[in-house]
Amino acid sequence: MQEKKNKSWLSFLLEVIVLVALFTLVQYALTVGLINQSYQINLVTMCINIILAVSLNLINGFTGQLSLGHAGFMAVGAYVSVILTNFMEMPFIIGILGGCIAAGIAGFIIGVPTLRLKGDYLAIATLAFGEIIRVVLQNIDYVNGPAGIVGITKLTSWPWLYWTAIITILVIVNLMNSSYGRAIISIREDEVASELMGINTTKYKVLAFIIGAMFAGLAGVMYAHYFYIIKPDTFSFLRSFDMVVMVVLGGLGSTTGAVIAAIFITFLTFGLQKYAAMRMVIYSLILIIVMIYRPQGLMGSKELSRKTFSRIWSGKK
Amino acid sequence: MNLLEINNLYKSFGGLGAVINFNILIQSQELIGLIGPNGAGKTTVFNLITGVYKPDKGQIIFNGKNIAGMAPYNICKKGVARTFQNIRLFKDLSVIDNVKIAFHKDVSYSLASTIIRLPAFFQGEKNIEEKALEYLRIFKLDTKRDEIASNLPYGEQRRLEIARALATQPTMLILDEPAAGMNPQETRELMELIKWIRQDFNLSILLIEHDMSLVMGVCERIYVLDYGQLIAEGLPEEIRNNKKVIEAYLGEEVGKC
Ligand SMILES: Nc1ncnc2c1ncn2[C@@H]1O[C@H](COP(=O)(O)OP(=O)(O)OP(=O)(O)O)[C@@H](O)[C@H]1O
Ligand SMILES: [Mg+2]
Repeated sequence: MQEKKNKSWLSFLLEVIVLVALFTLVQYALTVGLINQSYQINLVTMCINIILAVSLNLINGFTGQLSLGHAGFMAVGAYVSVILTNFMEMPFIIGILGGCIAAGIAGFIIGVPTLRLKGDYLAIATLAFGEIIRVVLQNIDYVNGPAGIVGITKLTSWPWLYWTAIITILVIVNLMNSSYGRAIISIREDEVASELMGINTTKYKVLAFIIGAMFAGLAGVMYAHYFYIIKPDTFSFLRSFDMVVMVVLGGLGSTTGAVIAAIFITFLTFGLQKYAAMRMVIYSLILIIVMIYRPQGLMGSKELSRKTFSRIWSGKK
Repeated sequence: MNLLEINNLYKSFGGLGAVINFNILIQSQELIGLIGPNGAGKTTVFNLITGVYKPDKGQIIFNGKNIAGMAPYNICKKGVARTFQNIRLFKDLSVIDNVKIAFHKDVSYSLASTIIRLPAFFQGEKNIEEKALEYLRIFKLDTKRDEIASNLPYGEQRRLEIARALATQPTMLILDEPAAGMNPQETRELMELIKWIRQDFNLSILLIEHDMSLVMGVCERIYVLDYGQLIAEGLPEEIRNNKKVIEAYLGEEVGKC
């Protein structure tokens, strides 16, 4: 028992060391100028995509509720944080918290009525929500309507990006490996049976929606404070579609899969920059191929975890 | 004490009465059978009791409270648990996780302590794990704790479903055709198990079953439904010789045993 405890402490320590080392390595490379401008943008996009994919996976993958409105929550986070930091000149941390909370509230407001809907109906309702957010933003003069907000102070830095992405992953992983996580997964598995086991399924669907929305908001904050400009069109349906592709590609219900797919899609987009028009075609093709040959996605619902590593380590299957 | 009292329960689908003025009275720790030909409305009665369907009319008084129309998860918390005619496990989850989910309604740690991994979380998880294993042991499923539920053989899936229902700590367990698809040997074992559960867990059991030998063998009283209506109730011998019941079944099954 004691030995087991020591071992888990040791692997915890090891994980922390790996995380810090990775962070420091990139930080060092950035400081000495080893990473050029376009790779820097790629790096930023990657972290933002990881946050988006992992949080959408909570809703689409673990809870089994098909949402197509994730970009809408991202927009809420982005706009609210920019209002706080740029218009009201508050510190970045207030912008981050404000953006997350606002997106979470939006998640609650959207979640309560729409999560009664099932399958296709929910997908359409969330899609409509995303579009409504966009159109509303286009019509608010305070945020310059369709032209958007330009000249946002660049506050997003590598430490913020890296650690917020890590926190996102940690929160979702911890949540899913708990009684709350099992309750959430049981909804996906069989909603009726879950309800009859004493689980208030509506409550947990809304909870998953709120948490997912908060992290989408976080991604929006990071995005806005790096790319200088945000417009309502930045957060169109196409962006939601990107996120769904990542989640489906990675495997619905696998955080590991979501992370891998987010990295893959980021690099793919980067590589296809010259053929921007072809991007959607290639996305669609990848989706079709995955659906035919590996419908459960890259990882299925499996995770890479400490257990997996120790199993590989000890040579067992 | 009356544990469950149903008065004039009525439910129709598209104008057709599926359950028509149904009445039942169950004392605590009774073992009651509900039988009837296919489509008689038995499963519908179960769905009404557990809140899957809302009744059109009537009262369902459980432990002195009218639970008619309450949300299923609240009815579960009041102490009613069930299994399904066509097994509804959480298919892609492990055997032990299926049982663990039943403990969620009494989860001892908060969402915050989950996310930042406070000691309360580890303690709570340890308790849940131990309790879940206890139930698996009772149903001889502990050696398969990490197997995916849908990979279990049929009889074990049925047992796991009962284990999961019991793990919600009900005072009333309702079983919808628990022996369906089992061979005679498994059915006999199941009969013993059902009797034993009632004793050991101190609960009432209401079961639907087509296997007459099982029903007659374990149930203390039997209710018979036909076309949504109660046509008979009484002791097993009374039911066996009831003319209306024999007619409803065309004599075949009841006559055999
Ligand atoms: N959700 C529903 N919608 C429409 N009709 C339904 C629904 N559920 C049940 N019914 C109808 O109600 C009647 C009773 O069905 P029920 O499933 O309760 O029968 P049962 O006694 O359990 O039969 P079996 O022995 O075949 O399981 C049937 O005619 C069935 O078609
Ligand atoms: Mg039935």
